[in-house]
Amino acid sequence: MNVLHYVQAFFSDHAHWQGYDGIPTRVGEHIGYTLEALALAALIGLPVGLLTGHFGRGGNTLSLIATAARALPTFGLLVLMTMLIGFGMLPVMIPLVVLAVPPILVTTYEAVRSVDRSPVDAARGMGMREAGVLLRVELPVALPLILGGLRSAAIQIVSTATIAAYVSLGGLGRYIVDGLYQRDYEKVVGGATLVAGLALVTLGLFWAVGRVAVSAGVRRSN
Amino acid sequence: MNRFFDIPSDLQHSWAGLIGLHLREALLPVLGGLLLALPLAQLCVRLRWLYPPVLWVTTVLYAIPSLAFFVVLIDYTGQTETTVMIPLTVYTLVVLVPAIVDGVRSVPQETLAAATAMGFGPVRRYVQVQLPIAVPAIIAGLRVATVSSISLVSVGTLIGNQGALGNLLHDATIYNRPELAWNAVLTMAVLAILADALLVGLRVLLTPWMPSGTAGRADLRVRKEAVAP
Repeated sequence: MNVLHYVQAFFSDHAHWQGYDGIPTRVGEHIGYTLEALALAALIGLPVGLLTGHFGRGGNTLSLIATAARALPTFGLLVLMTMLIGFGMLPVMIPLVVLAVPPILVTTYEAVRSVDRSPVDAARGMGMREAGVLLRVELPVALPLILGGLRSAAIQIVSTATIAAYVSLGGLGRYIVDGLYQRDYEKVVGGATLVAGLALVTLGLFWAVGRVAVSAGVRRSN
Repeated sequence: MNRFFDIPSDLQHSWAGLIGLHLREALLPVLGGLLLALPLAQLCVRLRWLYPPVLWVTTVLYAIPSLAFFVVLIDYTGQTETTVMIPLTVYTLVVLVPAIVDGVRSVPQETLAAATAMGFGPVRRYVQVQLPIAVPAIIAGLRVATVSSISLVSVGTLIGNQGALGNLLHDATIYNRPELAWNAVLTMAVLAILADALLVGLRVLLTPWMPSGTAGRADLRVRKEAVAP
């Protein structure tokens, strides 16, 4: 039996397609965790990155914070949080958000910093307020790179959200953790395939968002 | 504080022993990844069409959760350190290949032309001109790869005591001793930060021509065409 046989066996088994432990339920849960963690991380990383990038201050502090956050082991943080605050959604969200904030924060900061200064100065010269300069000049030009940072974070969350299963929550990690304890490799490989597929869908979604949201002028100059 | 370093005997290692084991399991894959990434990236620079498919394949492999990777490999390599190190090597490639490709591509055409005019052959030009100029980008990639490798080794505890410091996490839950989990998380974080600082030092040593202030910015430099994280 090789990996492809496991994949085929997993997806052709009707029992895997329905009910509480069915693929639609688990995929739905996984997407839910991913969106929640990504939204929380973006809520922290985007405003801080945009503001520090706009004012050009605190780049070194940001890089220190990002290094420290990256250094925290995600799985270790999950176990520690579970021991400290018990089972639930919070001990899963904390490590996922810690994982996702650094790429969003650092990329957003650098994206805003790398915007060409001449249109920014022109906007100021025309009397635009600082908020306008940030939101109507710098943000649109920096958007492709900012989306790249969000995409990195999203893919890491999709892959890592499987740890939720380790603390008795759902999601695609269920197949992997249960498969490990039941010595059911079909399940493990099936779960891993679904996660990889979800990551590909994520890549595709970000590509589509980029097509729609990035202004045509910015796309041409890249 | 005493209980903090009081490692349960079932781990068969002292705290220092676990650190040594952890560093071996985390750093050998980074080294292996670098040795694989250098020729692979050079191939991608030479054959431009090869770069997008390589990025897509590595990104998909990267998305496979480490635990699933470990479990599938148990069939072939057993519950050993090798099982932990193979996926880590693959993850390292995802970060290093784009870093090296972008670094080598960022070398200005005039520089290459000057080297050619001075009689440098392709091999000598690559080793003596392109690679040194790409060092900041390569080290930036190595920093991300090393830090995530140190973090990921701990998942190895789930496949049976192959997680080095991560094994402390398992013991923390079965003996209900949170201080062991603190020990694992803090030790891993300190190791990651130290490894990161060493790589920054290495970059300063390898690029004496760069002013140290601007050299720091290279880590944050964003890659415009990278598909992979």
